[in-house]
Amino acid sequence: MNTLRDILSQGAQMSLVLGLAPLLTGFVRKVKARLLRRRGPPLLQPYRDLIRLMRKDVVLADNASWLFRVIPYLMFAGTWVAASLVPTFGNGLLFSWTADLIAIIALLGSARFFQALAGMDVGTAFGGIGSSREVMIASLAEPAMLITVFSVAMIAGSTQLSYVAEFMGSDAVGLRVSLGMAFVALTIVALAENARIPVDNPATHLELTMVHEAMVLEYSGRHLALIDLSSQLKLLLYVSLIACVFLPWGTATADASVARLFSGALLYFGKLTVLGFLLAVFETSIAKMRVFRIPEFLGAALMLALLATLLRFVSGSL
Amino acid sequence: MSSLQFDIAHLFAGSLVLASFMMLYQDRLYALLNVYALHAGVLALSVAWQAYVQQAPHLYVTALIALVFKAIIIPVALHRIIKRLGIHREIENVIGVGLTMMAGIGLVALSMVVMLRVTPGADALAREDLAFALSVVLLGLLIMVTRRNAVSQVVGFMSLENGLVLAATGAKGMPLVVEISVAFSVLIAFIVIGIFLFRIRERFDSVDVQALDRFRGERR
Repeated sequence: MNTLRDILSQGAQMSLVLGLAPLLTGFVRKVKARLLRRRGPPLLQPYRDLIRLMRKDVVLADNASWLFRVIPYLMFAGTWVAASLVPTFGNGLLFSWTADLIAIIALLGSARFFQALAGMDVGTAFGGIGSSREVMIASLAEPAMLITVFSVAMIAGSTQLSYVAEFMGSDAVGLRVSLGMAFVALTIVALAENARIPVDNPATHLELTMVHEAMVLEYSGRHLALIDLSSQLKLLLYVSLIACVFLPWGTATADASVARLFSGALLYFGKLTVLGFLLAVFETSIAKMRVFRIPEFLGAALMLALLATLLRFVSGSL
Repeated sequence: MSSLQFDIAHLFAGSLVLASFMMLYQDRLYALLNVYALHAGVLALSVAWQAYVQQAPHLYVTALIALVFKAIIIPVALHRIIKRLGIHREIENVIGVGLTMMAGIGLVALSMVVMLRVTPGADALAREDLAFALSVVLLGLLIMVTRRNAVSQVVGFMSLENGLVLAATGAKGMPLVVEISVAFSVLIAFIVIGIFLFRIRERFDSVDVQALDRFRGERR
C-alpha cells in the first residue's frame, strides 16, 4: 500500500513538472510583455510552439554526427529526472532516496556538457561561440551552486532534498543569516543557469549577445522542441528548488491526507506565480551585462556561498 | 541565553562581515561611502542588541554614538571632501576583484579558526562576536592595502574601527569612558586625516598614494 502510494505521488509530481514547465515560461513571458506595455503572447503559446515543432520535419546538417541526433533526448532525460527529484507539493518522494542535491547538480551538469558538445558538433562559428560562453558561465556557476548546497546541507544535516525541505519547514531552523546568503547565491546561480537577463537574454537572436540560443541554432523540428522543453523544465526545477528550500510552508508531508496534498498543490502554484512574477520584474528592471562582467556577478554568488558556509561553521561549532 | 537571542546577534554580526565584503567590492567612491554608512548602521543595531541581551544600558549610548557619528556625520563629511577634491567620478582598481575576495574569505576563515581556538572558556556570544570582530578588522586592513586612493583608505580605517567596537561590546563590562574615548579619538583621527588629504592634494595634485612612494624615493 505504502509503496503504491509513493509510486503514485512520485508519478504525479513527475507529470506535474512536465505539464507545468511550458506554462511557467509562458507566464514569465506574459508578465514581461505586460510590464513593457505590450499585450504579449497568450499563456498557452509555449505549448503550441512545442506541438508545432513536434509536427515539423527535422533538418540536419550534412556533417552532423550521430551524437547531434542523440543529444536532445539525453538532455531532456537528464533534466526531467533532475526535475522529478525536487519536491513540488509533497515531500517524501520515492526517488529522493536514490539521488540527493549533488546528484541533481551532476545531472544538470551532464545535460549541459552534452549541449555544449552538440553546439560544436556541426562546426559552425555560432555553435562554437555559444558553447565556449556556456561552459565559461557553467564553470563559474557550478562551484557557487555546490557551495550553496553545502551550506544548506550543513544547516539541515543532510543533502537529501526531501529531508532538507522537511527540516526547513520545521521550527528547528531558527533564524539563520547563512540561509539568507545562500538564498541570494542560489538566485544568482539560477539566473545564470537558466540564461536569464543579466547573464543571457532568452529572447535574443543578436550574434554578439546570445549564449544559449547560439548553441541550439542548428536544431530544428522535434529536436528543438525537446531542447526547448528541457530548458523550460530547468527553469521550473530551479524555481521549485528555491520554493522548497527557502519557502517550505505548506508543503505536504510524506503521509499527508488528500486534502493536505491538495492545499499543498494550491500553495505550490501560488509560490510559482509569485516567484515567476518576481523573475519577470527583475528581468525588466535590469540591463544585460557584458560577457566579461559575468565572472564578477557569479563571483559574488560564490563569495556569498562561501561566507554562508563560514558563518554556519561558527554558529555550529559554538 | 535563549537560542533566538544568539541567532539575532549572529545575524547582525554576520551582516557586518557581509557589509565589509561589500566595501571590498565597491570601486566607486560614493558607493563605498554609502556602504560604509550601512556598515555603521548594522554596527549600531548589533551593539543595541548586545545592550538588550546583556542588560547594559550604557551600550545603548555606544550604539547611539555609532549611529550618529559613523552612519551620518562621517559619511556626509567624506561626501563633501570628495566633492571638494573633485574625485567623485573616479573609479579605482588595483588588483582584481576576484583575487581580493578570495583573500578576504581566507582572512575570515583565518580569524574564525584563531578566535575559536583561543577562546574555548568564554561564553558563546562573546566568542562569536570576537571571531567576527577580528574578521572585520582584518577586512578593514585588506581594504586599506588594496586601495590607492587616500579617501578609500580612510574608509577602510573607519571600518576597521567598527570591528574594534564590535569586539569591545562583545566583552562584558567594558566601561563607557573607554568606548567614548575610542569614539572620539577616531573622530579626531578623522579630522587630522581630512586635513592631510588636502595637504597631499596641494602638494601632489592627486590623492593617489603612489605619488607618495615616488616622493619617498622607493620606486624608480
